[in-house]
Amino acid sequence: MKRALLLLLVVSVIFAGFAGAVKITYWQYYYETKVKLVDQLIEEFEKQNPGIEVEHVTFPYENFNEKVAVSVPAGVGPDVLTLFYGWIPLYVTSGYLVPLPEAEFSPEYLNSEFFPFVSKGIQFDGIPYALPTAVRSLALFWNKDLFAEAGLDPEVPPTTFAEMVEFAKKLTKYDDKGNIIQEGLTMQPSGQGHQWIREVLVRQLGGTPYSADNRTVLYHMTAPETIKVYTDLITKDKVGYPGFLNDDVTAFRSLKAAMTIDGSFRLGTFRPLENLNWGVTELPSMNGVKSNFASFWAHAITTNATGDKLDASIKFLKFITSEYAQTLWLEQVGELPANPNVAAAYYDHPEFGPFLKGLEYAHATFFVDESGQRQVLMDAVDKVWIQGMDPIKAFEEAAAEDQAIIDEFWSRVE
Amino acid sequence: MKISQKRIVTAYVFLAIPLVFYIVVRFYPMIYAFWLSFTNWRLISPKKDFVGFDNFVKLFKDKVFMTSLWNTIKYVAYGIPLVIVLSLFLAATLNKVRHLQWFYRLLYVMPYITPLVAVSWVWRWIYQRPPAGVLNNILMAFGLDAQPFLTSMDQSLPAIVVTTVWVNLGYCIIIYLAGLQTIPQEYLEAAKIDGATSRQSFFKITLPLLNPITVFLVVTQSITFLRIFTQVYNMTDQGSGGPLNATKPLVLYIYQKAFRSFDMGLASSATVILFMLIMGITLIQLLVLNKRVQY
Amino acid sequence: MNRIDRKTSVFAYIFLTIFAIVMVFPFVWMFSSSFKTSEEVYEMSLIPDEPTIANYEYIFNYSMFPRWFLNSMIVAVVTTISVLFFDSLIGYTLAKYTFPGKNIIFILILSTLMIPTEMLVIPWYIMVRQLRWMETYWSIMFPGMISAFGVFLMKQFMSTIPDDLIDAARIDGVSEFGIFIRIVIPLVKPALATLAIFNFVGNWNAFLWPLIVAQTPKMYTLPVGVSYFSSENLTRWELIMTGAAVSTIPLIIFFIIFQKQIVKGIAMSGLKG
Repeated sequence: MKRALLLLLVVSVIFAGFAGAVKITYWQYYYETKVKLVDQLIEEFEKQNPGIEVEHVTFPYENFNEKVAVSVPAGVGPDVLTLFYGWIPLYVTSGYLVPLPEAEFSPEYLNSEFFPFVSKGIQFDGIPYALPTAVRSLALFWNKDLFAEAGLDPEVPPTTFAEMVEFAKKLTKYDDKGNIIQEGLTMQPSGQGHQWIREVLVRQLGGTPYSADNRTVLYHMTAPETIKVYTDLITKDKVGYPGFLNDDVTAFRSLKAAMTIDGSFRLGTFRPLENLNWGVTELPSMNGVKSNFASFWAHAITTNATGDKLDASIKFLKFITSEYAQTLWLEQVGELPANPNVAAAYYDHPEFGPFLKGLEYAHATFFVDESGQRQVLMDAVDKVWIQGMDPIKAFEEAAAEDQAIIDEFWSRVE
Repeated sequence: MKISQKRIVTAYVFLAIPLVFYIVVRFYPMIYAFWLSFTNWRLISPKKDFVGFDNFVKLFKDKVFMTSLWNTIKYVAYGIPLVIVLSLFLAATLNKVRHLQWFYRLLYVMPYITPLVAVSWVWRWIYQRPPAGVLNNILMAFGLDAQPFLTSMDQSLPAIVVTTVWVNLGYCIIIYLAGLQTIPQEYLEAAKIDGATSRQSFFKITLPLLNPITVFLVVTQSITFLRIFTQVYNMTDQGSGGPLNATKPLVLYIYQKAFRSFDMGLASSATVILFMLIMGITLIQLLVLNKRVQY
Repeated sequence: MNRIDRKTSVFAYIFLTIFAIVMVFPFVWMFSSSFKTSEEVYEMSLIPDEPTIANYEYIFNYSMFPRWFLNSMIVAVVTTISVLFFDSLIGYTLAKYTFPGKNIIFILILSTLMIPTEMLVIPWYIMVRQLRWMETYWSIMFPGMISAFGVFLMKQFMSTIPDDLIDAARIDGVSEFGIFIRIVIPLVKPALATLAIFNFVGNWNAFLWPLIVAQTPKMYTLPVGVSYFSSENLTRWELIMTGAAVSTIPLIIFFIIFQKQIVKGIAMSGLKG
């Protein structure tokens, strides 16, 4: 009888322990190495913080928005969610994200621990809402074998835009009917191309994409030639076109494109390919100007987290954005650290180096509707090369549509 | 109780469980969507304000919406005649052969039972420009010019129609075959004895007797084409319904508004328009086609 | 068989064969892609240079593929049985009974096909949560327990059954439900087999709803599991093709079993003429 009572006592203590534990839910899209690493980090975090339990839920990348959109109204959403920084305005104005508490994440902390574009990119109306573990930027990948085949030095990639165009022409191959069978440079605005146009080419041509308050589109006025510079590569120089071999990544990985502009997340795609002999270098400069586009996925706390759950979520957020987590992230997932102190050790790394250097002069676009604003530039390029529209006019139309998206957003918010 | 009254009671008893099911699982969400079309709900926001007909006004001012409405009608207009005539013809031919019929049926139904995502991917590659595109390689082998297909304003929508017809053909063939099997042989033999050619007996006997099946296929295939989504999403760049919205159907527009922009109010009002479009087309088809059976 | 018949039949075979090749070609391609490496999957060859079964090993060893397969099977079998019973009962009632509201009920049932699933998932999900159906097979299955397509199909086939047959049974004193089960059902076996096949396919390949309602990998269905092979940095098409090939095989078997029923037909049936 005594023994039974004792057992009962032990059991109830265990249950009480469970009941006392705070359980928070963390959501991110599925990417094998990330999921493994986060599982490992959660285990360590739970050890350091007894009484906090983290449930890790993943879903396919393609269906991120469906999953969130359906779960949130049903009240099943996460306490901590990893989302693309470009979606922050949409999520914040829907009232779904909790501002980062200043006590834990002071401006000084953010400025010293993260790249400058990060502290800007996580803000809405001057208030920070999310923090990244890793960041990404753009660079130029080139295929060394195809360079050698075309009589170019396989170890010397182009450094200026003019040089890149000249190389691309030499690297493009056609069949006897004039169809491209090997691209000199991939031309895919739907991939990273639209970012390259908006944040890199516009600035290199002396322009500014948006006004300082991000409410006015300026690119068509400050750099009206931009789309022409891009589409000339398709229509005049004929070094590639959108959709060649389906998409830029496929073209490059199947050795049918000599150069491609892509993000640091692509390292993991190209690295295991044994038949692909590639190098990566900083984006080519133009008119002596260097520019780059930076972006990131960031972890944010949602309105689900209140009371104990909020405290636990803050602790978890701090932990997965710590220098320790960032180092593991770089080693196991292969993404660039968001903290310049962690990044410093890798500046001369042959693969990470060009991207990290790019981060120094990178800009993160303020998107109010990321897919809509991407579509606008994709359409501008299509209008020129499919419909034969004047590129200056196509760029003006793009700006008008972009402005309409921005105006619509602010009219709703205010 | 009269017999006819007893029958009415029986009918309602048979329908009781299904009706409860339909009210809870289908009508309630439907009415919910109709109600949302008059609000400005932003999906992940708790706020739902009544805005009257604002969303509908916005829709009809939106060029992209009008394009996708028009595209949706094109999908049906091109797809339905093609899939119905082709499947009837193939089913009738198949019904004549004695050997290996099951094998042909299996081959024809293959596209339908394959996951649509895989099918879309394969067709995307079939339609590629040179050097990869299979279709273009065939064209070029015959000395013809390569075609842009999915990267063209004019060809992309018909190209997706062809893929969809190819997917649904097997389904329609099987259903027509099931219908053909239920036509009593005596009818056709009697016609033969009366000296009718096989063409005459096909148009005078088989086709009229198949009318309920044709009604079913025309109506349900129209609904399927009006709700086209997966293949467009998977066959166009970034699921955009491009180039320049040339292939974007209404459901893709609704999807983008709801799950990309979180504008549930606008997505719901587009759903209401889609609903009315499908309802209109279905009712017209039922009226016209069902009349023809009263010969 | 006379000469003309033989000639038409030769033409029929040639015609059918050409079409069959067109129909089956993309499937063959999908199948061959499943034996390719991730590098070769973008080569447009029909026969892999270095065929490999690594993709099959991967999906069976590094994912919960067998479990997803089982889940899909449970969902598809249960919903199909339910659909066969309810759809034929509704179809029969709508075709052979006269009662007030009949046409309205038919149109209302049809009207449920006119709303895209995308717009229904939110209320369904709220329902699942409120009724505490999370992480159950029932939550994945319930929207598919009755199919409006099937109701329509069965109604069309039932309407071809002569009323005399039913009346004769009534005179013999068979109950109303007995008539449905013992007289009507055997007459529409081809339609039932057709419905069984297509409903099974539809539920087997359903994606959006199972994706949303399944929280943990152990509740995924096949298409949901396979969608995880596509990620931000790369889509593993060789794995998606392998998954598609494996998931198609049970459907082929299912089809071969049921298609016999489609052709057996009914000797005694007479259509309204």
